[in-house]
Amino acid sequence: MRRSFLTPALWIPAGLAIALLGLPLVALIVRAPWAQLPELLSRSEVLQALGLSLGTASIATVVSLALGIPLALVLARSADWPAVPRRLLRALVTVPLVLPPVVGGVALLLLLGRRGLIGQFLPFQIPFSTTAVVIAQVFVAMPFLVLAVESAVRASDRRFETAAATLGATRWTILRRVTLPLVAPGVSAGALLCFTRALGEFGATITFAGSFPGVTQTLPIATYLELQRDPDAAIALSLTLMVVSVAVLVTLRDRWVPGLTS
Amino acid sequence: MRRPLVLAALAAVALTGCAAVPEPAPTNEGTVAGTVTVFAAASLTESFQAIADAFTAEHPNVQVTFNFGGSSGLATQIVEGAPADVFAAASPATMTTVTDAGLATDPADFATNTLEIAVPTDNPGGVTGLADFANPDLAIALCAAEVPCGAAAAKALDAAGIVASVDTYEQDVRAVLTKIELGEVDAGLVYRTDVLAAGAKVKGIEFPEASGAIARYPIAALTASANPDSAAAFAAFVLSDAGQRILQKAGFGAP
Repeated sequence: MRRSFLTPALWIPAGLAIALLGLPLVALIVRAPWAQLPELLSRSEVLQALGLSLGTASIATVVSLALGIPLALVLARSADWPAVPRRLLRALVTVPLVLPPVVGGVALLLLLGRRGLIGQFLPFQIPFSTTAVVIAQVFVAMPFLVLAVESAVRASDRRFETAAATLGATRWTILRRVTLPLVAPGVSAGALLCFTRALGEFGATITFAGSFPGVTQTLPIATYLELQRDPDAAIALSLTLMVVSVAVLVTLRDRWVPGLTS
Repeated sequence: MRRPLVLAALAAVALTGCAAVPEPAPTNEGTVAGTVTVFAAASLTESFQAIADAFTAEHPNVQVTFNFGGSSGLATQIVEGAPADVFAAASPATMTTVTDAGLATDPADFATNTLEIAVPTDNPGGVTGLADFANPDLAIALCAAEVPCGAAAAKALDAAGIVASVDTYEQDVRAVLTKIELGEVDAGLVYRTDVLAAGAKVKGIEFPEASGAIARYPIAALTASANPDSAAAFAAFVLSDAGQRILQKAGFGAP
């Protein structure tokens, strides 16, 4: 067993941090209208919103994997680049994490809306469609995947790739047989984070995709609207979202970044 | 007995203020001081800021701070103990949430608002009246039924017997307006005051069915206020001639 260097004094701020993160969720559980819960959650509009949320978040995760893993590999190898493009690329990937999602939604409208930079040339309309929900979720959630995969790539031992290359493997084979298996834990951790973030997406979605039951009204949007009319129902919806998110995140265990935890 | 006397005195202060005569030093001016925190419906943003300027010009010892937002959300915040002195709501129903909790008594209506069709300035959908809302080829935005403007929109459409082909139910009236300003929808239902506030960016179209869905705005000083005299003074000022002039300039109707 490794010796712990944790001083007991650290437990005070750490305990405060746990309370700050955990107690609001406890309050949600305590205040939940448990008696009406089955009725509130079996309403057709709730099931519709939940189904839409799970569906769009799944598609957004698949899209993020397809686009995000290549971006993460590029980002991890950008260490050899000059400082300016390297930092610009890194900032670009990080911006959606720190930007208010509503701003992201406005930006997407200005790009893909009917009068947007690109949108004005499209023969079809993107806003107010389920496609718009997925685009908003990818915009907000993909960086989680990219950064998780990127740190996995950086932490992996590049000598395996060099060895494969000296044995005559092509670049494509190295990627498929060496690099990706090495970073697989980072990919699955990133995918789970990306999925849960997409599931909770609100600001960019309501701004870019709007809110229409069954088409664009995801569970977070239904929750927000319900809060205006029936707070108990809103608490029930929040609880559902929380249970799904926590269930997914618990499967993460300690695999947040391989190499640091193994 | 104390409160009515104070109110009457304050009304007198407000009236002398309107008449633009030099203010006599009223005996109660000392109690109208400190900070007044006003929770007000989002549609009141511009007009209440103008009212606060006029109010503080009369009462230099008072500072007015605002929390603008959706009426339902504000009512919830007040019931959950937010430190507010005055509540101005966009619907009697949201005010009832606060009076039912025993946090305000005797709210008074201070303004009305009428729905108007709003379209982008170039009116790409060629919208002329409420009947166009049934056209499935047009992109239409309404407020969600959960917020006052959505309830009013549903009432007006029902009265006209129109089943709207809606593309998005927005979370508040300003979100509907934003979608119109950006040209993402062809038409939406917003309040007359929102059309005026948006200026040249949107065009308003009046429609006859709006008269059946007029929104009433009540105001009340809150009983839990830490500064009850100033709170009552602000509420009285909103109801005074000076306050009413500012509201009507912004497009609100008389209560």
